[in-house]
Amino acid sequence: MTNAEKYDTLFMTNFKLTKDQLPGLKYRAIPLWDSMGHMTLMEEVEDTFDISIDTPDVLSFSSYEKGMEILRKYGVSI
Amino acid sequence: MDYTEWLACPPYGWTQTEKEGRYLPYFKELTAYHRQHCPAYGRALRAFSYNEAAAVTLSQLPMLPITLFKLLPLKSIPDKAVFKTLVSSGTTGQSVSRIFLDAATAQYQQLTLYAILKDYFGSQRLPMLIIDSPSILTDRRRFNARGAAILGFSMFAKKKYYALTDTLELNIETVRTFAETYKNQPVLIFGFTFMIWKYLCQAAEGKKENFDFSNAFVLHGGGWKKMQDQAVSAAAYKDRLKNQFNISRVHNYYGMTEQTGCIYMECEYGHLHASIFSDILVRQPSDFSVCPPGQSGILQVLSPMAVSYPGHSILTEDMGTLLGTDDCPCGRKGNYFRVDGRIPQAEIRGCSDTHV
Repeated sequence: MTNAEKYDTLFMTNFKLTKDQLPGLKYRAIPLWDSMGHMTLMEEVEDTFDISIDTPDVLSFSSYEKGMEILRKYGVSI
Repeated sequence: MDYTEWLACPPYGWTQTEKEGRYLPYFKELTAYHRQHCPAYGRALRAFSYNEAAAVTLSQLPMLPITLFKLLPLKSIPDKAVFKTLVSSGTTGQSVSRIFLDAATAQYQQLTLYAILKDYFGSQRLPMLIIDSPSILTDRRRFNARGAAILGFSMFAKKKYYALTDTLELNIETVRTFAETYKNQPVLIFGFTFMIWKYLCQAAEGKKENFDFSNAFVLHGGGWKKMQDQAVSAAAYKDRLKNQFNISRVHNYYGMTEQTGCIYMECEYGHLHASIFSDILVRQPSDFSVCPPGQSGILQVLSPMAVSYPGHSILTEDMGTLLGTDDCPCGRKGNYFRVDGRIPQAEIRGCSDTHV
């Protein structure tokens, strides 16, 4: 699986979405992506890509796209 | 006024004068906003005969008794904009407050909490031992106060360990694993004041278990009533954590569901501090005039974050005393105070106290 596929899978599994629903998805736009969903997502992103995300980035991880930007900052090619 | 600009400011950097200068126009604006968007709030203001033009100090702005949030669904947003409903603590049979958040207010709360905690613990995410059971977070649509607090704080944690089982037994294995895994780095132990006392301190002693947590910060809140019932003072509480687990960095906090996020943290000198994200006033119980420093009265809390619901100025059911302003030896500006307990005959509702 490519990094992009792994990333999409985390979103689809956690938030029960299909791939076409991911672009433009924002934190708090759907009931499942609430603070609890966010915390689980962060933990799984960290485990999947073996990185450790700082709190400011946890808080600015505000959309599907923004998340990819943050991952690149941590050296994940996506 | 843009609240996000405030979020970029140091959380204890404003003197009280500076803060009031910023708060007054903003709170007048917020009051007018809620009057327009929440009909019940508008009626309350009429009942108070609130005259906006005559309000020239923060203390002259209207305040809602906290009980109203139990009696009425108070919100300044349409139903479809409600993202999350927070429910206050309250023991069985007692009514609970319902606080309606939209996505923006929920975000402000999270960012505010982070700004405050960062001042004490830094920006790194610490491994966190939660003195509670994982079952506290079951219904994500309606968190109770304990669940909301745990979730809110754990956003800043790295790995979370729950120290208690679903039946509130101390899980020795988990605690030992946590202590050993992270013995060489700072960790955070979080829980409600009474839960830590009963289910960590007393339970560990009962099981003749001991842990070295000299690397830990303890953050606890939720009310002292149960501790007072057992005649445990704040000093005795700290002594116990020091003697039993070698913990010297213990911070209490004061906060409530009705104004989530802008907690009042206890500094190294034992004082609770208002950050730039909230403020307190102390009121005489007899006529609600403002008490001078050093005199105990009813706490009023102000929060500029309360936009989706009219909770920006609330009269609590807690007693407290203003200890000083801008001059705490810890260097934090603004008001600092202590909480003296619940007003007589108020229902029991602290997070820590609702577990009977």
